[in-house]
Amino acid sequence: MKYEVIVMGASSGGLNAIRSVLTSLSENFSIPIVLVQHVSPRSDGQWIRSLDIIAGLNVKEADEKETIEKGNIYVAPPNYHLLIETNRTFSLTIDSRVNFARPSIDVLFESAADVYRDKMVGIIFTGANSDGAIGLKRIKELGGTTIVQDPNSAESPYMPEAALSLMPADYILTLEKIAELLNKFDKDN
Amino acid sequence: MTSISISEIEIALLLEAIYQKCGYDFRQYSEAHIKRRLSSRLAISGLKTVSEMQFQVLHNEQFAYTLLHDLSITVTEMFRDPEFYKSLRQNVIPILKTYPFIKIWHAGCSSGEEAYSMAILLREEGLYERSMIYATDFNQKILDKAKAGVFQNDLIKDYTNNYQMSGGLESFSDYYTSNYNMFIMDQSLKKNIVWANHNMVTDSVFAEVHVIFCRNVLIYFKKNLQENIHLLFYESLINGGVLCLGSKEGLYFTDLKYKYDELDKKQKIFKKKY
Ligand SMILES: C[S@@+](CC[C@H](N)C(=O)[O-])C[C@H]1O[C@@H](n2cnc3c(N)ncnc32)[C@H](O)[C@@H]1O
Repeated sequence: MKYEVIVMGASSGGLNAIRSVLTSLSENFSIPIVLVQHVSPRSDGQWIRSLDIIAGLNVKEADEKETIEKGNIYVAPPNYHLLIETNRTFSLTIDSRVNFARPSIDVLFESAADVYRDKMVGIIFTGANSDGAIGLKRIKELGGTTIVQDPNSAESPYMPEAALSLMPADYILTLEKIAELLNKFDKDN
Repeated sequence: MTSISISEIEIALLLEAIYQKCGYDFRQYSEAHIKRRLSSRLAISGLKTVSEMQFQVLHNEQFAYTLLHDLSITVTEMFRDPEFYKSLRQNVIPILKTYPFIKIWHAGCSSGEEAYSMAILLREEGLYERSMIYATDFNQKILDKAKAGVFQNDLIKDYTNNYQMSGGLESFSDYYTSNYNMFIMDQSLKKNIVWANHNMVTDSVFAEVHVIFCRNVLIYFKKNLQENIHLLFYESLINGGVLCLGSKEGLYFTDLKYKYDELDKKQKIFKKKY
């Protein structure tokens, strides 16, 4: 099995981007997905429930100590950073904001990279800040596969551009192509 | 490749060194959390490996205490999670009103925001005079800050917002005086607060109490340690006493969950069965 996990990070414009990719995943898509979407600390998780309906996959907020399972999509809870442990479980922390964000994409990506190394995919979507750039670079350094949403196609190009300015990504793609590629990864797995 | 994942052996040895040298036991804390904190200290300190940090811990007292501070995450807020405080008013205060004297334990109180929030709530509900709040933490530096009750002015806006959303009955500005770039909590709020250094991993039962707050501390512990601490809390609570956890915490890993009723499932408020 080549890929054990896919991590995603998105900020402004991210809800549409994530929805578009998740709804295009094939039925029985099995690589677990862990994602950070910047939301207000008081977000009530309604948007997660709305994803659950469209994705046909099991979308849920990540719980502390929960084991990462195939076929699930995990979302970082508002106001907590999400980390992955060596034993493939989640940890939460209320450590200070990173890049003004909690949850921060960098925090998730760096901890995932340490655990999964070359057996993972990291994706940066639209956003108006630079969170995730360092994390994606880390994933690349440790052998993982990196994807950045094509800045020209992003609602807010700043976050994809920030990532690309730190490192050459393996793929720079539109949302449609990202979904296609993920389906291919899953099929080959 | 840059310096990649810090070897787990080195971290285990470092935590052992901290334990033996200073008596603080981080050996059962979540690894990802520890690793993240150590990596950032490593980067700042200019040391190359965790083993070098271990040498520093053993031979440089100052460095050891810096690490202790790094590993204790002290982020907190007044009236953090306003819905939680609303629920306290609705579901817990009526229970407390039935007691002639009320003892409350804030375990892992950090800079004291939670304890002050509770003091305010008790005062507004007419219970402060018959309450005693024990606010404990194992980080002496943050405990001293809590005791002083002096906070940065730029926090006031958030705290005022939280207070209002939590169902506060007065104006938040009644509870502090502003001074240059700091604000100082009303001294009378401290009257019935006892600040004490207590390590819930290595120290024993603190007191018999009616309510325990331990919010956003257990997330840093591995399952076994969480279980031990839950046992400690269970033993510290009177029958019918109330346990308050953080919004993403629960009793799910322990058999003790059968020994509590859920007072508010979403806000993680539990009541010890009789
Ligand atoms: C993230 S803060 C939580 C503060 C507050 N309860 C809240 O939720 O806003 C965690 C606090 O737990 C304290 N802590 C961590 N381990 C502890 C231990 N073993 N014994 C006592 N306090 C501990 C830390 O020093 C820190 O102040």
